[in-house]
Amino acid sequence: MRRSMLFIPGNTPSLIVNGDILGADSIILDLEDAVSPAEKDSARILVRNTLKHLGLKGCEIVIRINPVDTDFWYKDLDEIVPHKPDAIMLPKVNGPEDVKKVSEYIAGIEEKCGMEKNTVKIITLIETTMGVENAFHIAGCDERVIAMFLGAEDLTADLRCVRTKEGAEILYCRQRLVTAARACGVDVYDTPFTDVEDIEGLYKDARFAKALGFTGKVSISPRHVEGINEVFSPTKAEIEYAHEVLDIIEEAKRMGRGVVSLRGKMIDAPIVNRAKQVIEMEKAIYGGTDHE
Amino acid sequence: MSKLIGSIREAIEACGLKDGMTISFHHHMRNGDYVLNMVLDEIAKMGIKNITVNASSVFDTHAPIIDHIKNGVVTGLECNYMGAKVGKAISEGVMENPVIFRSHGGRPSDMEKGTSHIDVAFVAAPTADNRGNMTGKYGKSACGSMGYAFADAYNADKVVCITDNLVEYPVVGFSIPEVYVDHVVVVDKIGEPSGIVSGTTKITKDPVGLKMAQYAAKVVKASGLLKDGFSFQTGAGGATLAAAKYIKEMMLEDNIKGSFGMGGITKYMVEMLNEGCFKALIDVQCFDLDAVESIKNNPNHMEVSASQYAGVNGSAVNSLDVVLLGATQVDLDFNVNVHTDSNGYIMGGSGGHADTAAGSKLAIIIAPLVRARLPLIVDRVTCITTPGHTVDVVVTQRGIAVNPNRPELKEKLVKAGLPVVEIDELKAIAEKITGVPKPIKLDESKVVAKVLYRDGTVIDTIKKVVTE
Amino acid sequence: MKIVKNAVAGTLESSDAYVQVEPNEAGIEIVLESVVLTQFGDDIKASVMEVLAENEVTNAKVSVNDRGAIDCTIRARVETALKRAQGDL
Repeated sequence: MRRSMLFIPGNTPSLIVNGDILGADSIILDLEDAVSPAEKDSARILVRNTLKHLGLKGCEIVIRINPVDTDFWYKDLDEIVPHKPDAIMLPKVNGPEDVKKVSEYIAGIEEKCGMEKNTVKIITLIETTMGVENAFHIAGCDERVIAMFLGAEDLTADLRCVRTKEGAEILYCRQRLVTAARACGVDVYDTPFTDVEDIEGLYKDARFAKALGFTGKVSISPRHVEGINEVFSPTKAEIEYAHEVLDIIEEAKRMGRGVVSLRGKMIDAPIVNRAKQVIEMEKAIYGGTDHE
Repeated sequence: MSKLIGSIREAIEACGLKDGMTISFHHHMRNGDYVLNMVLDEIAKMGIKNITVNASSVFDTHAPIIDHIKNGVVTGLECNYMGAKVGKAISEGVMENPVIFRSHGGRPSDMEKGTSHIDVAFVAAPTADNRGNMTGKYGKSACGSMGYAFADAYNADKVVCITDNLVEYPVVGFSIPEVYVDHVVVVDKIGEPSGIVSGTTKITKDPVGLKMAQYAAKVVKASGLLKDGFSFQTGAGGATLAAAKYIKEMMLEDNIKGSFGMGGITKYMVEMLNEGCFKALIDVQCFDLDAVESIKNNPNHMEVSASQYAGVNGSAVNSLDVVLLGATQVDLDFNVNVHTDSNGYIMGGSGGHADTAAGSKLAIIIAPLVRARLPLIVDRVTCITTPGHTVDVVVTQRGIAVNPNRPELKEKLVKAGLPVVEIDELKAIAEKITGVPKPIKLDESKVVAKVLYRDGTVIDTIKKVVTE
Repeated sequence: MKIVKNAVAGTLESSDAYVQVEPNEAGIEIVLESVVLTQFGDDIKASVMEVLAENEVTNAKVSVNDRGAIDCTIRARVETALKRAQGDL
């Protein structure tokens, strides 16, 4: 389960060492925008050593490599992939060919290292107009792709519009990405809310993203993680309802009844599936133990 | 009858200060204090030697005392806290006699018991009249509470009030009354009020600090103590202040009407008072100028003496529900060190640490599990400031350890879903990140400081560091 | 790997290390400054030696100014400095 993803600069040891305690379901050690060109080599080795020795735990580890139009991306993969990060985040994906290129390169490393194929997954960062229009083809182009992530800062530059807090200018792109990802059965993550101090604004933005169908949201500040987790977790009422649904289905099975209703509403397959998803998230968040 | 006297020198002469005597100072001007240095310079010029200085705290601004130690003017030093500058010199063995460390409660109690005798107290007073009534609430050098100075004034043989704001008799709303005062000296400036705000008195923005603060606030809630009548103290560390903020939010949300907030008071505690979280603040010293402003204007913000705050024979600490404290080291028996750094150099002291831990129902230590490759948890602390049996919970960003003598508390925290681990597990988690540190080498044959627990017994000694 | 020029890596920020590598005529020379010298000085030197050996460096002067970096950070900074000092990449 992945609600929140948190960026951590790849060349700052003091931040990396505590990256796993900030509450994010997933941390993204960044080799791209957070690292200047002159320090790419340094960050790459630091992140590789982090994966190899530090044993960050309790969260998923994703590495954002450099885009395929640079000379850094394959060097990044050479160092990183053998140490089995959960996923690689590939920025500036314009189309399926970018993903294919990277996926094949990863496959080569996996083979060389005797790793099982498709051990290392890919999260595609969609932040160009071309990427948005190709979203469906990107989402479904490769088995490694497990999620898409919308990056609105670069995207609005490409759109030649002003990025606003309200985000009217990216509504189409958000919906397009959600639709493409859901159509291909992969997760989809919303763009970071960039005003670090504005916690109320973060909640509003995250609730809107959830309403559109996003799986979760990426953050550039640890201070936003709690809010994102809260918004993208099932509510108490949702969890209670899901338990009721599954309980009543169990009972119906025992009694040999076919049609089941709860509070006057027919319980059909989509409702049962939704309830199962909620219970799965509940287990992932609360460990399946009793809680209030 | 006016007690005005022309100069510090004349006051020293009038008090009959002689070789071998003990003089005292309070630290309400904190790192902005001028008085301790002024008096010692004068004593040195007069050729008096072999003086013991009992200052409630020694800050970096008091570094000139090092030269007075080297010259034999000062041969004894007693305090409750010592900044890193003087601490380094002491740790390296600049003084023959060991420093005597006490706690904020132990110091006045020892004076009252007669085990700590003060010949002459020099009391910096932001406002005074010519007969020695004084207060810290007004004047250009206002410091707010004068809590630590009461014991000196009550117990010293001679008391000299040193002020830079002489007002017409009587001082309205005095803290220390004239009956205890022998002489009043007017000087240009007793200190720099901006220096009062020394150390960390702002809420941290560090995500690790905030994480620990959240855990600490949840510990307080899970303990069951957060209800009407709640009383609370926090130090001035960034993470403990952040915890106070979370606790305030919980109190406001659940409409909890607390009893009192205590300690060194910061603007965050003032805000809690003003927003109805507490009936009163019990203020032994002000940590920032917002607190100074509040104690002047709000009758519910009360000045108390160190003795009433933390004295050994029954004091406000015994009515305290929760205290949040820091640590440089914690050991497997929950003993806490805030006297020395990891290399054995003195850079702190108990202050009210040992007193509040002993008095409160719940003493919570908040500290990062690793600081620059040094694990917080060690087998045995370099110096015991606060004994482990008075410490209830250690909160770090990677887990919370509960003292085995509090099984019912542990159960509550586990039930609340908090990440409770054993203290030796915490040590192992830290050492997995840092590696196992080699023990530091200290000169076991040379004691540079004795640490007195609040009851006056020696709880530990600090050894000389080994310099290459 | 042959060290042909001076190179640096890392920073002087807390939890990081600043490493300088210089060519050396005969053998390995390590200069270490650290805020945790007593506690970890020997460990740090051993790690530096290991990274030198892994990269088959036999002649170099390595100066480490450690600000409390954990082991994998020290190793990363030394390795980066060595790679930068071996000439054109």
